[in-house]
Amino acid sequence: MKNQKRWGLFFFLSPVLLWLFLLIVLPHIDLLAMSFRIENDDGQMVWSLSNYLNFFEEPIYWLTFVRTAIFSILVTFLTFVIALPVAFYITKVVAPKFQGFLLVLLLLPFWVSELVRVYGWMILLRESGVINHFLIKLGLLNQPIEMLYKDATMILGLVYTSMLFMVVPITSVLDSLDNSLIEAAYDLGANMWTILFKIIIPHATPGIVSGSIVVFMLTLGNYLTPNLMGGKNSLWFTEQIYNQFIASFNWNQGSAFGFLLLVLSSIVVWLGLKLTRQNLRKVVQ
Amino acid sequence: MIRTLPTSKTYNRCFKFYVVLYFTFLFAPLLVTCILAFNDSQFPSLPWKGFTVEWFTADLTERVGIFHDQINLDSIWVSFRVAFFVTLLSMIVGTCGAFLFEQEDFRYKQLLYFLMLCPLVIPGVILGISILLFSNTLGTYFETNWNIDVDLFRPGFWLVVLGQFSFIATLVTLVVSARLRKFDRTLEEAALNLGANRLEVIWFITLKFLRPAIIGAGAVAFLMSFENFNTTLFLVGYQATLPINLYLQVRDGSTPVINAISFLLIVGTSMVALANLYFSRKET
Repeated sequence: MKNQKRWGLFFFLSPVLLWLFLLIVLPHIDLLAMSFRIENDDGQMVWSLSNYLNFFEEPIYWLTFVRTAIFSILVTFLTFVIALPVAFYITKVVAPKFQGFLLVLLLLPFWVSELVRVYGWMILLRESGVINHFLIKLGLLNQPIEMLYKDATMILGLVYTSMLFMVVPITSVLDSLDNSLIEAAYDLGANMWTILFKIIIPHATPGIVSGSIVVFMLTLGNYLTPNLMGGKNSLWFTEQIYNQFIASFNWNQGSAFGFLLLVLSSIVVWLGLKLTRQNLRKVVQ
Repeated sequence: MIRTLPTSKTYNRCFKFYVVLYFTFLFAPLLVTCILAFNDSQFPSLPWKGFTVEWFTADLTERVGIFHDQINLDSIWVSFRVAFFVTLLSMIVGTCGAFLFEQEDFRYKQLLYFLMLCPLVIPGVILGISILLFSNTLGTYFETNWNIDVDLFRPGFWLVVLGQFSFIATLVTLVVSARLRKFDRTLEEAALNLGANRLEVIWFITLKFLRPAIIGAGAVAFLMSFENFNTTLFLVGYQATLPINLYLQVRDGSTPVINAISFLLIVGTSMVALANLYFSRKET
């Protein structure tokens, strides 16, 4: 019996260990090590901090980094503001018979590839796009304007892409909010805003936090949307990483950038969890 | 405020309007993409020049429909193969993970559990570059020390499979674990008392119970793999997957063929998603 138990543990443990060590732990250690290596004048690889020094000395690098971080926070906040009323409507306002249908409708677009969704926005927004076509038809515009390749459209795209990861957790926490709490507050004379800030948001905090963490992380690490919808001046930090790896073939510099991005995303996830006293285990479930 | 409370008409109207607006925002890009796949024009834009299915079926010099577009068809086939192997691998390893974290006890279990969750919070781009770096390091090591050239360590089909598997397996583990937690372990004990060994118990009893969760997670894994872009971008070799291939075409200008592919993708994924939803509803 004991032998069988040991055998079972070994059977389940080994594939999981192989997966986690070969594909997660060792590659990230390698990433960290590579980021401290450079090629010296003799063409040999030596340990050095210069990949990180480069980052701080070149304004284009750290400015992109800061910009990416700030924009990701903005996107997370906007996603939250847009998602909360929708989640509230579906869980509390709409007649229960439509609830299931609306939920399916909410999820459906996100099964479709991100690329197709971004492409859809490009067709809508570009100079020869559908929106311009209708605006001219209606006489609101004389000439088509380029709506794509601007910071605002890039943010629109990022908000759209990550919407699901905010709506779903908020919907599920609001579902567990007892209606009688809102009714009681209403009977005691609270107005809409008081109810929102004293009851709904405090109750929804776990969902909001887990949604925000996922949205922030996905936005920070997004490459497709900023690349296709952002303009020349709206460089995203992942594009810097891509340029170092694929265009300049400077893998060591790229590793340093990658590691910095990883650190930023981990710090934000950790802070988010600490501030609301939750742990990762609860958030992913 | 909510259903049970009296509300003003304006409040209700505003709220309804907002939700309608939201769903328009959600579906507008997809609908437009689908509609323009049938426009008889050289560009995916208005004005409407009449209905056609030529962007699916044509095989002319100036207009090649998706069914004759060899490059795109190839990339669809590559994506299918990648998704198949990713699904298979992550179903196996994910199920092992679920058993490991739900039924086994060992030292450092919490640490390993934390490690298993990590891929969910590591940006896909970072996963891609670190796996690329590590495989390159291994490749160089094998070549200099033993003079063996291992194909697996170069960007290409199998590296894409491994890269996608590295985070999709976490998802499968979580879904299967959730189901395993609901399993009544007295059933296992009964079978053990009746003389079955552990392997037989798992094969005939526990896995039967887990089957809907494993299949459901597999469907999600397949879709996630089929559509993955961020991680794949760094690991792809000369065999481009569909998202990579589409990206290159969209970046360099677009033709309605992309709309035709998008239409097929939207219809296909919606069907998988709805089927998945239907079966999981039926289960509960």
